[in-house]
This record gives sequence, C-alpha cells and structure tokens, in this order.
Amino acid sequence: MLLTLFGISIIIFALLRLVPGNIVDILFDSAGMVNPADKVRIEQELGLDKPLPMQYGRWIGGLLTGDLGYSYVSEKSTIDEIAPRIPVSARLASTALLFAVLIGVPLGVISAVRQNTWIDYLLRVVSLSGLSLPSFWLGLLVLMAFVATFGSIPIYTESPRTFGEAILLVVVPAATVGFRSSALIMRLTRSSMLEILRQDFVRTARAKGASAASVNYGHALRNALLPVVTVIGIEAAFLAGGLIVTETVFNIPGLARFLVESIRNRDYPIVQNLVMLIAVVVVTINFLVDMLYAALDPRIRYSD
Amino acid sequence: MSDRQYDAELTRAGAGADTVWTKATFYARQYPLGAIGAVIMIVFVATAIFADVVASFSPFSTNPAQSLARPGGMHWMGADVMGRDIFSRIVHGARISLAVGIGSTLVGGVFGVAIGIASGYIGGWFDLVVQRVTDIMQALPLLVLALVMSAALGPSLQNTIIAISIPLIPYVSRVIRANTLALREQAYVEAGHAIGLSEWRIAVRHILPNTLAPLIVISTAQLGSTILTEASLSFLGLGVPEPHPSWGRMLSESAAEYMRTAPWLVIFPGMAISLAVFGTNMLGDALRDILDPRQRG
Repeated sequence: MLLTLFGISIIIFALLRLVPGNIVDILFDSAGMVNPADKVRIEQELGLDKPLPMQYGRWIGGLLTGDLGYSYVSEKSTIDEIAPRIPVSARLASTALLFAVLIGVPLGVISAVRQNTWIDYLLRVVSLSGLSLPSFWLGLLVLMAFVATFGSIPIYTESPRTFGEAILLVVVPAATVGFRSSALIMRLTRSSMLEILRQDFVRTARAKGASAASVNYGHALRNALLPVVTVIGIEAAFLAGGLIVTETVFNIPGLARFLVESIRNRDYPIVQNLVMLIAVVVVTINFLVDMLYAALDPRIRYSD
Repeated sequence: MSDRQYDAELTRAGAGADTVWTKATFYARQYPLGAIGAVIMIVFVATAIFADVVASFSPFSTNPAQSLARPGGMHWMGADVMGRDIFSRIVHGARISLAVGIGSTLVGGVFGVAIGIASGYIGGWFDLVVQRVTDIMQALPLLVLALVMSAALGPSLQNTIIAISIPLIPYVSRVIRANTLALREQAYVEAGHAIGLSEWRIAVRHILPNTLAPLIVISTAQLGSTILTEASLSFLGLGVPEPHPSWGRMLSESAAEYMRTAPWLVIFPGMAISLAVFGTNMLGDALRDILDPRQRG
C-alpha cells in the first residue's frame, strides 16, 4: 500500500513536469511583466529553479511533515485551500454511493430473480443506459428541468436554509453521480445472484421445501453480496471521475471542481497534492474493502 | 409421441448458418440487444465516414443571422450562438469521437497486449515489476489520470488520444496477462517446446492469436468508456480543442450558458454521446457472451 502510494507520487510529479509552459510564464504574461530579472526572482521564490529530484524531495518531505506548500494562484497554504472543500465533496460522494447501493442492489436482485421476464429486460436496458449517459449531460438535463419548473437554477450554499433546499443541493447532484454507479452495482448484483442461484446449496434449500423468499434472500442474496462489496471499492475511483464533471455542472465548490480549476491554472502544489489525496482515498478504500471482504468470507485469508 | 422436428431445432441452434447473412440473422435472434447495438454502431461509423455527404453545412461555417436558430427549417437541430448548424457539427463530431475512441483503444490495446503477454509469459521479476506498476496506475481514477495527462501534454486531438490510452494499458495488460498464464500451461505450448520452437515464436504465433477473443471483448467494452472520457475531457475544456466539433465540447461553455434560451444546444450533442456509448455497450455485452461464455452475466 505504501509502495503503491510512493509510486503514485512519482508518477504525478513526473506528469506535471511534462507540462511545456510553467506557471511563471503564465504569471508573467498575465501580469504584463517584461523584466527577465522579475522572472528569475519568481522562479527562485517558488523553488522552480532547483533540480527536479530536489523539488520532489521537498514535496515528499512536506507531505510527511504536513507542510504542503502554497498555491501559486491564491498564495494561501495548500491545506487552507483543500481542507474546507473536503466535507463538500465527501458529503456528495457518500450520498451518491448510498444512493447507488440503495437503488442498485434491490433492482439487481429483482432482475436476477425474474430472469428473462419483461422486468428483467427493462431493468437491463435501464442499467445499460445508466452506463451510457454522460453524467455531465444528465446534470445539464436536471438543471434544465429545474429551469423549466422553478424558473431558476439552485445556487449552492454552504448552509441551506430549508430542508427542501438541502435535499435539492445535495441529493439531486448525488443522484446524478450515483446513477452510473447504481447501474454498475445492479448489473453485478444480478450476475452474482444468477451465479449463486445455480449452485447446489440453493437447490438443496429448495428441495427441502424452503420458501422462495427464504431461498432468494436468506440463502442466495447473502452470498451474492460478496462480490458487490468489492465493486463498491472500485466505484470509489469511478465516483471521483463522476464528481469532477458533476461539481462543475452544478457549480459545487468541492475538491473535484477545484482540481479542474487548478489544472487550468497550472497550480502545481494544489494539483499534485489533490491528486495525491484522491489516490490516498482510493487506495485506503480498496484496502478497507479487502479487509471487509476477508471478514465477510472466512475462506479468504491474507496470510502472505 | 409426435415426431421431433430435428431440422427446425437444428436451424434454431444455428446449424447451416454458413453465409454471413444467415450467421448475422442467427446471432441477431439470439442477442436482440446486441443486434440493436450493432445497428447503432454501423450507423455511427457510417456517419463518421460519410460525414461530408450527410452533413448539409460545413461544421465550421458561421452565420450571424442564424445565431441560436430554433430547430426546424434549414437547421433541423437548430444552430449555435455562432450560427453553426448543430446537425452538421454532430455528424462531424462522430469523426472525432470515433477517432479518439478507436485511436486510444488501439494504442492502449497494442501496448496492453504486448505488456500483458510479456508479463505473463516471461514471469519472474519482470512480471512482479509490471504488476506493481499496474497496481499503481489503477489506483488513480481514469478521468483524473486522463485529466492530468492531457493538461501535461496540451490540448490537441493527438494528445487527447494519448491521454486516454495510457490509463487503458493497465486494464488491458491485466486481462491479457491472466489469459497468457492460462495459455502457457496448454499442451500445445509444451508441444511447441518439445519440437524446439523459440520462445518468441511460441509467444507470437501461438499465444498471441489465442488472446484475440478476450482482447475483442475488452476493446469493445473500453470503446464506450473512451468515448465518454473524451466527451468529459472536452466538456471540461481539456480535450479536443476548438474548432473541432467534439460532442463534449459542444456541451461545455455555450450550452450551459444558453440552456435557458436554446435547450437544443444541450439535448442533441448529449443524445449523440449517449447513443454511441449505448451502442458500444450493448454490442460489447453480446460479443462477450458469444466469444467468452465464461464471463456471461
């Protein structure tokens, strides 16, 4: 896990240094400065004149001691820029994941139990379209529906005044992101259920006269949910991608939209720390899911 | 006991389906959703190839008099703020989507297969290192990696293809590696060794062709996701630059701004993306069932 994160840090650092123009050129152009001495001074201040291994060492050293450097653009410390945005994105992501599980698992079960009936076909087409609709388009359509019904677009506020507003500002964007994940979870639940329903112990349960509900939910579902737990870990990574476009569409001041802005501004300290943060979150979630998987299924042991 | 209709049953099971047409109708009956996907894909590819004939306007020609023209009449999907015909831009956009989709799937596929076969066949420390790097790459979300890559490379069609193909390599190489590990234990590989074939020849002539089925399955599955990624990147302004008529780009600034007054700017490009991805997904599902029955869901 640590090795993975170390590798990621090298990749992120290397990728960002591939950029042809650096921040100084951009600052230089936008401020209308012409004096080359100013340019050298700015480069020195930002540490961009040092060799790359030293820049990397400074970054990693800072990561370990909590000194993440300063944003090139706002000149605030990276932590001050990133920290207040964490709860915004975390709330959106967790609501989206909750939505995805609450919708995806039951529909997947229904689809599997009623395999090859009209409802199964309908649900499969819906889930395939869930995987096909770009979430930013879905977001734009939702906003258009808002405009059509209320005449205005809800503007994100930190503390919504009414309960209804809170629902609108968090649940609606979350559902837009979570729709894709719910489709994936539904497909996986379905195929996993179908696989389990063909197994001997299910036939045995049926043969001894257990009711359909007891077989489907008591025996099959409990076993079918194991692979679904893994996919939730994988979805954590997909959600990060979904958040990027959704926060942009809904104008939510979260981490993902900030990442896009920082990339546009070539704000290295922000971009590299943000991407690193995303990687840490994804790796941690995957690690927890692996542990959970072992706890749920006693046959799996991570001994080596 | 009535006679069994052997001939009818055989036909239903696909016997005698020797010509391309009878094979196609057989599969279409077996996999109706896949057939719909195939039709969508054929339309999509044909649109891209014959874009110049299908489109009634140049995708670049502006006309201030037609700014934000409503759908109907001359512009049956309306026009954007610069008076460019939406339908023509969508038709030409199919080229961009297809170029990025096929281009990045191809680049990702070629490197993924090479790395996957090498990793699975050579094994040892090489395999270990490759697996570590693959783990690292997969810890970063596809869109985040593509976003950072395309920012690093700068906006252009070519760079967008590269930016999207890099995150694909680990996915492809992982599947191909698993397949190679299984193939390596096959009797024909042992036979190849016994008659003194070189390792290179076994890997290229005997293992490679057998990875084709999983490769086709994973490529079609990834095609949809590359089209979506390109649309997302261009939507964020970091993908294919103007004046290329990219579907994602068409949805970005202008659409959000004019969504109140000109909803057709939002509706049609989004429909085009969704349909193309929907088509590849359905076709991909059917191909997976046909070529790789073990994964059937």
